[in-house]
Amino acid sequence: MAEERLAPLPAGAFRAALFRAWDSDICYSFRRSPVTVAAAAATLLIFAGAGFAPWVAPHDPFDLATVSLLDARNPPAWLPGGSWEFPLGTDNLGRDILSTILYGSRVSLVVGFASIIFAMVLGVSLGLVSGYLGGFVDALIMRVAEVQLSFPAILVALLVDGIMRGIVPREYQDQLAEDVLILSIGLSFWVQYARTVRGSTMVEKSKEYVQAARVIGRHPAAIMLRHVLPNVMGPVLVIATINLALAIITEATLSFLGVGVPPTEPSLGTLIRIGNDFLFSGEWWITIFPGAVLVLLVLAVNLLGDWLRDALNPKLR
Amino acid sequence: MTVPSNRPPLLQLEHLRVEFPSRHGTLTAVDDVSFEIAEGEVLGVVGESGAGKSITGAAIIGLIEPPGRIAGGRVLFEGERIDDLPYEKLRRIRGKRIGTIFQDPLTSLNPLYSIGRQLIETILTHTSLSPREARQRAIDLLSEVGIPSPAQRIDHYPHQFSGGMRQRVVIALALCANPRLVIADEPTTALDVSIQAQIIAVLKKLCREHGTAVMLITHDMGVIAETADRVAVMYAGRVVEVGPLREVVKHPRHPYTVGLMGSIPTLRGSRARLAQIDGSMPRLNRIPPGCAFHPRCPRAFERCEHERPELINDGPSWTSCWLYAPLARTGSDG
Amino acid sequence: MIAFVLRRLLQSISVMLVVGLIAFSLFRFVGDPINNMVGQDTGDKDRAELRQELGLNDAFVVQFARFVGNATKGEFGVSFRQGRKVSTLIAERLPATLELSLTAATLALLVGVPLGVYTGLRRESPLSKLILALSLVGVSLPTFLIGILLILLFSVVLGWLPAFGRGDVVQLGWWSTGFLTRSGLRALVLPAVTLGLFQMTLIIRLVRAEMLEVLRTDYIKFARARGLANRAINFGHALKNTLVPVITITGLQLGSIIAFAIITEQVFQWPGMGLLFIQAVAFVDIPVMAAYLMLVAFVFVVINLIVDLLYYAVDPRLRIDRALAGGHGG
Repeated sequence: MAEERLAPLPAGAFRAALFRAWDSDICYSFRRSPVTVAAAAATLLIFAGAGFAPWVAPHDPFDLATVSLLDARNPPAWLPGGSWEFPLGTDNLGRDILSTILYGSRVSLVVGFASIIFAMVLGVSLGLVSGYLGGFVDALIMRVAEVQLSFPAILVALLVDGIMRGIVPREYQDQLAEDVLILSIGLSFWVQYARTVRGSTMVEKSKEYVQAARVIGRHPAAIMLRHVLPNVMGPVLVIATINLALAIITEATLSFLGVGVPPTEPSLGTLIRIGNDFLFSGEWWITIFPGAVLVLLVLAVNLLGDWLRDALNPKLR
Repeated sequence: MTVPSNRPPLLQLEHLRVEFPSRHGTLTAVDDVSFEIAEGEVLGVVGESGAGKSITGAAIIGLIEPPGRIAGGRVLFEGERIDDLPYEKLRRIRGKRIGTIFQDPLTSLNPLYSIGRQLIETILTHTSLSPREARQRAIDLLSEVGIPSPAQRIDHYPHQFSGGMRQRVVIALALCANPRLVIADEPTTALDVSIQAQIIAVLKKLCREHGTAVMLITHDMGVIAETADRVAVMYAGRVVEVGPLREVVKHPRHPYTVGLMGSIPTLRGSRARLAQIDGSMPRLNRIPPGCAFHPRCPRAFERCEHERPELINDGPSWTSCWLYAPLARTGSDG
Repeated sequence: MIAFVLRRLLQSISVMLVVGLIAFSLFRFVGDPINNMVGQDTGDKDRAELRQELGLNDAFVVQFARFVGNATKGEFGVSFRQGRKVSTLIAERLPATLELSLTAATLALLVGVPLGVYTGLRRESPLSKLILALSLVGVSLPTFLIGILLILLFSVVLGWLPAFGRGDVVQLGWWSTGFLTRSGLRALVLPAVTLGLFQMTLIIRLVRAEMLEVLRTDYIKFARARGLANRAINFGHALKNTLVPVITITGLQLGSIIAFAIITEQVFQWPGMGLLFIQAVAFVDIPVMAAYLMLVAFVFVVINLIVDLLYYAVDPRLRIDRALAGGHGG
């Protein structure tokens, strides 16, 4: 009897697990909401486009050999003067808009994700430390958090960026610009994670199994990690999805303001800034298309975040 | 259908059915429930958590949360049907002719308004008193429920009262428009044991004085034993026994009621061990066919597994158990 | 009550000191102040003299104290980029930013709160769903993009409203206002809408969420069971309980409008402090950055204080139980 139960077919078990996941409440609510499915599809599309940009883009907009001023300021293909060689038109330097958008999305997404991951790691760690150690360390971290929370992310990011600009020697600035950007955006978002994790840690710390572990001699911190982390993953993920949208917006804003990614590697924000100068002369496509993609991306991420929050909220089920 | 009493029924439930459509199928929280409450009488509705007692109470005043809904049966109050009334008409009955008391007095009161404000507002909604008269009436009510210095405390906020005091305020709120019936849903469960007796005493006294009937919903048999005239026992959304208090307590018919009475610890008399009913009440989407109790019943037989019993008369009580079907009586207990 | 106010004041001062420390550290450690102020051909001896004169060799604490003392007087030194006194620069630009922010905040509140209440009360109506969908789009639109779109529509295509600058201003003492001229008001429209839109959508979603939460509570259920009229329940009980937590968050949001003004000022070339700050960051003009930081912190702290006092006045639970008073942050 026991042997029969010990060795299920691996394929069968996997299929069974997949089916259970598909049938779970989370996936169910996902399937039921057409808006969320559309959002997921849009997000995947943009991710794929950005990820496979080098293969998918019709041109390489940064290869100066292929870019010519003669092609500059072409309207999109369906308007008079446009051609299908440049489906969405070209910018003032003759670069194909579709290609710049694909490459630009890449930069936007990389910076967005990286900064959120950084914020998550930083915030979760600080939250754990703060909740577990309590006392002075906790008070200090929470004070800093409170002060920082009253400043909007954009201001913190600008500040950190400005400081870095002052510290980093001029030769390395372009190289490190992207990393500095990730750092500054990440630093402006860690607080929410820290607070949530700290709350859960404090709750867990007071539970009896932690005392019991101390009595046995096991280090309670390791046990808390095992129990606290799974509990907070849900809310942390929800925060992350909301923050991802904000991070992308923040990066775009910083680039638009001219203090984001260097112009050699434009993100969607940079593209919008470049195009802004040509609005009044009627070449709207240079700014509108990157803008539309940015909005679509953020909207899709927001929708996914909304759905995730509702799906993980036990009260609403 | 129910115990004949010599007063015309104030409230009649006939085959009431409340359903909750859900992803896992339709959950029937209240399944063919019928009973009556006469004027001035206290009916105790007792059963485990999840037996459907609170939902029955909510259904009477039309406060079932969507997607739940009344799916069948009728509710008659003072002879008129109220379950199909439009919202506005039903609203006028709530508070004025049927009062309600909920379980947790802390969350029942709006923390941002003084209790006087909440009392006066209710009084003004249902009576044609002037604001000053309403305030006086509120003060009188507070002293009736036993709040000391009512003229000062009327302007205090809920958090300034202790748990027992708050529940007295809630009782005052439920009774301020002089309703004919009060539905008290677990009124003492959230309170300390020492306070419970006081609250029950206040409730009893006021209802006796005003001739108000009470539907007392609780899982605490001790409270029932103190207060009720008649008792209805609910299990898995159904009524399994209804009868006068003495009958149900001293001579329980239904095996579930027997188990319930046997599981009450008592200081008097010696009992070797507390009786316990094996198993637990089934979940709403897994109710067994036939009699809902039969898997746990020590006296179940074949008929119990297929046919759902209706309420059968046995002396002053009614019980839904095939053991008491006229022809199947084996005369084993009484 | 007095104890509460005193405690909050002390908290505020400590926050200001912390921010001051950061601002001061900017001065000391980011780049060399001397290098930023003098030309390349200034000799070492002159530099050393200058250093001594400016007190840059004194102990850290002394320098910090001097910094704080100056800051309270509004003295932040001279801008690296423009060579003019920072306080003058700020005074010139402050009215523009404040007028813009105030208009945007008022707009966001006046439109946002009613819409939020409506979508909370009438959850299923098509109008509610429309408003929610639009608010979702609003939250996904970065502020600068909103500005660009508005410019495209109202300036380029329709030509109704100006896209740059502040119009004509009237000088009242050291304050310059755009409220009193027609061109000033017309120039204010697009930037104010841009700045306020993001906040407005946030307020709508917040008010709605709070309203829904409140409508689920036991005291609302009890109010219904008492037969109270819908109007009394919705606008008497539910609304008041909704607005209390909304006050804190909205207050903080209003503070952040001043910071978000940075973006709007860039898009519309609005001559305010935000524009000044951007230019300072790009140029690493430390005095301006530090001054801006302190000023914004000051505004935040003041707003926080006012919000806390408001909260205290509105929520009776806080008045009795002082232990709760400090702890509601989001």
